[in-house]
Amino acid sequence: MATEAKLDPMHQFQLEKLAGADWNIAGYNIAFTNSALWMAIATIALIVFVAGGMKRAVVPGRWQMAVETFTGFIDGMLAANVGKNGKKYVPYIFSLFMFILFANFLGLMPLGVVGVHAFTFTSHFSATGVLAILSFAIVLIVGFSKHGLHFFSLFVPHGTPVAMIPIIFVVELISFLVRPFSLGLRLFVAMMAGHVLLEVLSSFVISGGNNGPVMFVIAGVPSFVLMIGICALELLVAGIQAYVFALLTCVYLNDAENLH
Amino acid sequence: MDAEAAKMLGAGFAAIGAGLASIGVGNVFAKFLEGALRNPGAADAQQGRLFIGFAGAELLGLLSFVIAALLIFA
Repeated sequence: MATEAKLDPMHQFQLEKLAGADWNIAGYNIAFTNSALWMAIATIALIVFVAGGMKRAVVPGRWQMAVETFTGFIDGMLAANVGKNGKKYVPYIFSLFMFILFANFLGLMPLGVVGVHAFTFTSHFSATGVLAILSFAIVLIVGFSKHGLHFFSLFVPHGTPVAMIPIIFVVELISFLVRPFSLGLRLFVAMMAGHVLLEVLSSFVISGGNNGPVMFVIAGVPSFVLMIGICALELLVAGIQAYVFALLTCVYLNDAENLH
Repeated sequence: MDAEAAKMLGAGFAAIGAGLASIGVGNVFAKFLEGALRNPGAADAQQGRLFIGFAGAELLGLLSFVIAALLIFA
């Protein structure tokens, strides 16, 4: 009997201090972690990707076509959800969408084959929470600067009976305040759940193989086949989560721009 | 019952929520396809709403995962 493989699916989310373990600001450590490293890698990959497509050729090549497809996609999303006023948010939504997309995909890359352990920083609430707060802050700033205190009419839908206004106001206020949490939580949990699932399945493959040929055939091989399917599903989820994050930001911006 | 065992049971029960959310997500896409096949012309414009519904249904399932993870690891 081979020794039991030790399963620690949460180990992949461990933050490691790569440099500056003693950099402190006001009692908080600001070390350069593996999370920060992969954020930097995602940013650089994104800059390279976009810079490669900024050629403005009249007949676009493949690369320019890829970048223009993405910008056109974001442009269309804002036009459909916010309307004419949405044009000015294209840079923000594009950066947000592409950053999350690159982060999700980089985390799924099989770089472990060459000994580099990819870190999915979108599986941490501290990263997705900041992105969500950024979106929420823009909604608040735009809403209050454009409509002033009239922005509060967002919490009282048209045609609400007067007797119902206090209750509806509270309900709408809560649903408004919960938005940044649901936005950040959705991305972080979806990415974390997917990576834990992949880790658990891969441990089935390895411990199945360790326990002799019979277990390898009845447990290892089916797990491996399932894992290929789950990997494809995770690629889909990575895309959908980035899309949903950008889409919901658009919907919230629509509330701020046009009230309702 | 041992507190540790109760935690594990709770985490297992929380997984029921994930299963129910899968029914919800399935419903969202099923109803969308049903409508889209009846009126394909209007389908493309509704894709944004499809994903908003999907996001809502999915979030509630993910919350049960959070509860399970908290029970096991926290």
